[in-house]
Formats: sequence, C-alpha cells, structure tokens
Amino acid sequence: MIGYVVHRLLIMIPTLLAISLIVFVIIELPPGDYLESYVAELESQGESVDPKEIEFLRTQYGFDKPAYQRYLHWLVGMVQGDFGYSFEYRLPVSEVVGDRLVLTILISVATILFTWIIAFPIGLYSATHQYSWGDYGLTFIGLVGLATPNFLLALILLYLANVVFGTSIGGLMDPQFLDQPWSLDKVLSVLAHLWIPVVVIGTSGTAAMIRRLRANLLDELQKQYVVTARAKGLPEIRLLIKYPLRMAINFFVADIGSLLPSVISGAELVAIVLSLPTTGPILIAALQSQDMYLAGSFLMFLATLTVVGVLISDLVLAALDPRIRLQGGSTR
Amino acid sequence: MTDGPGTAAAAAVEHYVSTEPFDPRAIEALSPEQERYYLASQWRLMWWKLKRHRLAVISGGFLLAMYASILVSEVLAPYNLHTRHVDFIYAPPQSIHLFDKGRFVGPFVYGTTYRLNMENLKREYTENTKEVYPLRFFCSGDSYDFWGLTTARLHVVCPAAGGTLFILGTDRLGRDVLSRIIYGARISLTIGIIGITISFVLGLTIGGVAGYYGGWVDMVVQRLIEILQSFPQIPLWMALSAVLPVTWSPILIYFGITVILAMIDWTGLARAVRSKLLALREEEYCMAAQLMGARPGRIIGRHLMPGFMSHLIASATLSIPTMILGETALSFLGIGLRPPVTSWGVLLNEAQNINVVALYPWLILPAVPVVLIILAFSFFGDGLRDAADPYK
Repeated sequence: MIGYVVHRLLIMIPTLLAISLIVFVIIELPPGDYLESYVAELESQGESVDPKEIEFLRTQYGFDKPAYQRYLHWLVGMVQGDFGYSFEYRLPVSEVVGDRLVLTILISVATILFTWIIAFPIGLYSATHQYSWGDYGLTFIGLVGLATPNFLLALILLYLANVVFGTSIGGLMDPQFLDQPWSLDKVLSVLAHLWIPVVVIGTSGTAAMIRRLRANLLDELQKQYVVTARAKGLPEIRLLIKYPLRMAINFFVADIGSLLPSVISGAELVAIVLSLPTTGPILIAALQSQDMYLAGSFLMFLATLTVVGVLISDLVLAALDPRIRLQGGSTR
Repeated sequence: MTDGPGTAAAAAVEHYVSTEPFDPRAIEALSPEQERYYLASQWRLMWWKLKRHRLAVISGGFLLAMYASILVSEVLAPYNLHTRHVDFIYAPPQSIHLFDKGRFVGPFVYGTTYRLNMENLKREYTENTKEVYPLRFFCSGDSYDFWGLTTARLHVVCPAAGGTLFILGTDRLGRDVLSRIIYGARISLTIGIIGITISFVLGLTIGGVAGYYGGWVDMVVQRLIEILQSFPQIPLWMALSAVLPVTWSPILIYFGITVILAMIDWTGLARAVRSKLLALREEEYCMAAQLMGARPGRIIGRHLMPGFMSHLIASATLSIPTMILGETALSFLGIGLRPPVTSWGVLLNEAQNINVVALYPWLILPAVPVVLIILAFSFFGDGLRDAADPYK
C-alpha cells in the first residue's frame, strides 16, 4: 500500500510540471503584456508615462527576460509559496487568491457530497425498479437536468427567486459579512447561501451519476452471485446491501476523477452568474486584462485541485478494492 | 414391456418415402427473411436496430429538421436578423389569437400600446384589442441577402402591413428574439459539427498512432491525455479564448473557438481508439496485412478502423452537446463569439444581468433551443450507440 501511495505521488510531479508548462504557454500566448495595456490605458486617459518608469517596471517584473527564464522563475516561486504579483490588484497573488480558493474548494466538496447523497438512493431505486413509472420519471428528470447547462439553471433560479420571493440569491454570504474576519455568524451565513450554487452546479453531475449508477447496478444485478444469494433465501434488502452495493461504492469513489473537473468547471461558470466570491469572476477578469500571474496561478490552482482530487479518489479506491492495487503496480 | 404405447403408435404410421430428390443442405438453407438479415451490411443492421428505438428516431428527425432549418433561416424568420424596431424596445411576446370578439379572423395579433413606468423605468406594453393584425403567410417582408447570393423578400410568415409580430418579444435594440433564435441556430449548430469533425480527426490520428505503435509513443500520448483531462474544461476554454486577438474578424473568431473546443475534446475519443487498436493489432488479419507490406497508415485506415467506426461515430454524436454547451457558455460570458455573429450563447449574453432578466424574462428564451438540442443529441446518440453495439 505504501509503495502504491509513493508511486502515485511520484507520478503527480511530472503531471503537475506539464500542466504548469501548458498554463505558462497559454498565458504567454496573447501578444503584448500587461504593462503595454497599462501604458495604453494611461495614455488614453491623457496621462503621460515616463518611459523610464515603464522600463523599471519591466525589469522588476522580468518582462525583459526570455520566456524560459520567466517560466523557471514562476515555477521556482510557486514551489516556494510565492505565486507572483497581481498587477491589477497590486497585491501578491496569494493574498488575492487566499479566501476565494478556500470557498471554491468548499463549494466543490459540498457539491460532490450533494451529488452522492442525491444520486445514491435515486440510482438504487431506478435500478431495482427498472421500467417502472418511478424509474421513467426519475430518468426523465435526470436527462433534463443533464441537458440544462448549469449557468442557465443559475439564471432561472435567480429569476424565480427575484419574482417569487423578491430577494436576490446571489453572493455567498450576507452583505454585512463581506471583508469581515471569519466568525461563527459568518460561517452560518455562508452555509445558508451555499445550497443554491451547490444545487445548481450539482444537478448535471447528479443526473450523470444516477444514469451510470443505474447502468452499473443493473449489470451487477444480472450476475450469478446475486442469483445464488437470492436462492439461499437472503432478504432482498440485505442482498442488495451486501453484494451489488459494495461494488457500486467502488465505482462511486472512482468517479470523483471524472466528476471533479466538471464540478470545478461548473463552479467557475456559476460563480460568475451568481457573483460568488470564488475564483470564477476573478479568473475571467484576470484573463481579459492579461494579469498573467494571477490568471496563471488560478489555472494552476484549479488543475492542481483536480489532480489532488483524483489522487485521493485513487487512494481511497485502492484501500477499498484490493484488485486495483495489483493492476496499478503491474501496468505502470 | 414390449407392447408399450410407442410401438403401437409406430405400427399405426404407414411407411413413408419422400419422392423429392435428397438435398443434404436443406437444413442450412436460409429463408428469404433470414437471408436478408444474415447478409445485411453492418450499417443496415444498425439502421434496423435504430429504427426500433422510438425516442432516438424522433430525436433524429428533430435534429434533421433543425439542421435543415439553417439552410433557409432567412425565409423562416419573420424579420431580418438586424432589423431594429426603435418603437418596440423590450416589447414582450405577442400572443397569437384566432378569434376577435367571438368572430373568427384566423391567426392574428393585437396591436400594442407603449407606456414607460416612471416608478422602475420599465417599458410596459399592453395589448390594444382595437387593432387587429392578421398574419400573412408566404409573403414579402424584410429584405435579406440569401446566403449572400441574391436579395429576396420571401418569408414564411410576416406581420400585417403596419403591424408587428414579436412572438417571443424583442431585445434591447428592438430586434425580434424569435428571428434571432432562428438565425442563431446557424452558428450554434454548425459549431458542434465542425468542432466534432476536427476533434474526430485528431482523436483518430493520435489515438490510432498510440494504439498501433504502442511503446513510448503510447506512453507519451497517454500522459498527454491524462494531463488534458485533469484540466477543468471551462477555465481552460476561457483561457484559450481570451488568447484570440480582439482584432480578428468574427468569422476567424468563430473558427478559432471551434478549434479550441476541439483541441480539448479529442482525448476521450483517442482513448477509445487506442484501447481498441491495442487489441486489434494482435489479430491475424492485421499480421497478414503487415506481411503483405501494407504501410501502417493503410493498415490502420483500411483494416482496423472500419471495424469499430460505427461505434466511434455514435460516441462522437454524444460529445456534440458538450461543444454546443461550451460555445454557449463562452459566448454567454462574453469571451466566445461576439456580435454581429449571432449564436444562442451571444443572445443569452444579453440575459447575463439579473435585473434585465427580472424585468424582461423572455430574454432567457434562447436557452430553450439549447436544452432541446442537447436532449435530442443525447437521445439520438444513446440510440445510435446501442444500435452500433453488436453484442446487444
């Protein structure tokens, strides 16, 4: 087991390196840099810019160095916990990101839990009551959930909340807690607001999960060990819990890997619509204004979050299912 | 015991000899129906199976109709894409009536009167039942450029002279939302098809090479796929589309976005191709082709691919919705396509502000075709995949 953990951790390093390279290339792709757009903006406002000052900034932030040196600088900085400097906010990136990243993680984790809690009983019901009206109804609702893009769902919810309740459901906490230090009241306020984005982001993932759980369970229910257990006279519920469900749990855990990227994607989009104080709105602003360190670090964080999530799911899976470990050891 | 019922019955039957000439293959001969079934090509079998999947057929028909509509969007839409009605800004949907004061008129709409609510500055339109505007069919209305070939005025339906016809309301500039949705289908639907084509080619080539050669090529491709899949899709799309220069023409942006969508999407397909090829390249017929000196490209393309092409196409159908959604999301955020290009995402971009949506809810309506198309593609793709699966 320890060998497997070490192996998986070591594999993460080249993956993260490659991701950082891709991120760097993407944020370097647009022609020009932040300073150029900054100068253009100042000039359009009629202010004069001292070329010396620009030159000074240019050297200070390393814009005059070749690309590979900047990449190495960024990379080494990141490993040491220095994520660069946001030009737009005039703050170190880590300070801009801090709270927002925590909230993004919070929303993602809550969404995955929500997905499981909803998908598990429904998938179970659909599989055991195949082709019943309940199954058809739930499948249909699931398909509609799958087909509705989550940012539209957010929009529709916003509209309904506005029309029916006359309130705004945007944001992740009551306004008076903004920029306040964390306290119990603030936590409660966050929790009270959290369910909306969680439902919005979780819907499509839940629908997909239900469909896959149903298909998986249906396959398992056909197997001979189930027939044997039934022949032995095991009550239907115990039979279900004892054998096929255990198989289904493995698959649930394994699915984090595919669920997490889509949850984070969804979280970004929905955050923009609901104006949540997570990474979404800042990421898009940073991308548009070429605030490269900020945008790059965000992309890097999100990708790392996914990689770590997949790692956790792999480890849990290895702990749950002894067959996985053997395969992992021999094929890689 | 010798006098059992069996022997008695046997004795009762007369000895019979058929005069027909003996055909030793009589058992193997196929009835015409069987022959039709056993000799049918793979595609024909798929078609038969697909036909039995009612929902898939309906969805397929719906998709076909939608795609056919983009050929004649100009004729279907009651107004030109860019026609602005400055007197009818944010006009609500007009409902179509058949009877006016108990008298049958045929489909018609009432006129509207406009009032500005001074309290919340909302534009309010009320139906004016005194004005009756019967719809005209196959009539001459706004002029348009038909595919840039000719100028024409023919529409399937147009408003009465002097009247208006806003079945789904108008937007910020007084443009008819229904017409814009019909025009928007052109971009939204083709972006999925072009995107999936690019991603299909990428997936087949990269997955094919990885699966056929194996070894370190396979290793590199596998890692690349893993890395690409560990990126959250939307942020990556956002980053890439932010890269597209603002100075590009709309049409160039359109292709840029398509390529971006495809660049991230090919991984799933490549995986499927790779795992299939890894198994198939060990088959004897592949070895035979190699011994006869066929080059790898020919072996992959001529001998290996066709075996599971149907399955690939089915799974590609299932990933078209992702692309349509991707474009919609990007344009909705304002970093995808930009006006004057009109896609459903661009239309939804106007609904980004919640205050606007609360006052003028019909601006979310472009979401309806998005959801319908995605549902249709999922059903159709599901049916196609089941049909392509020979073991089901």
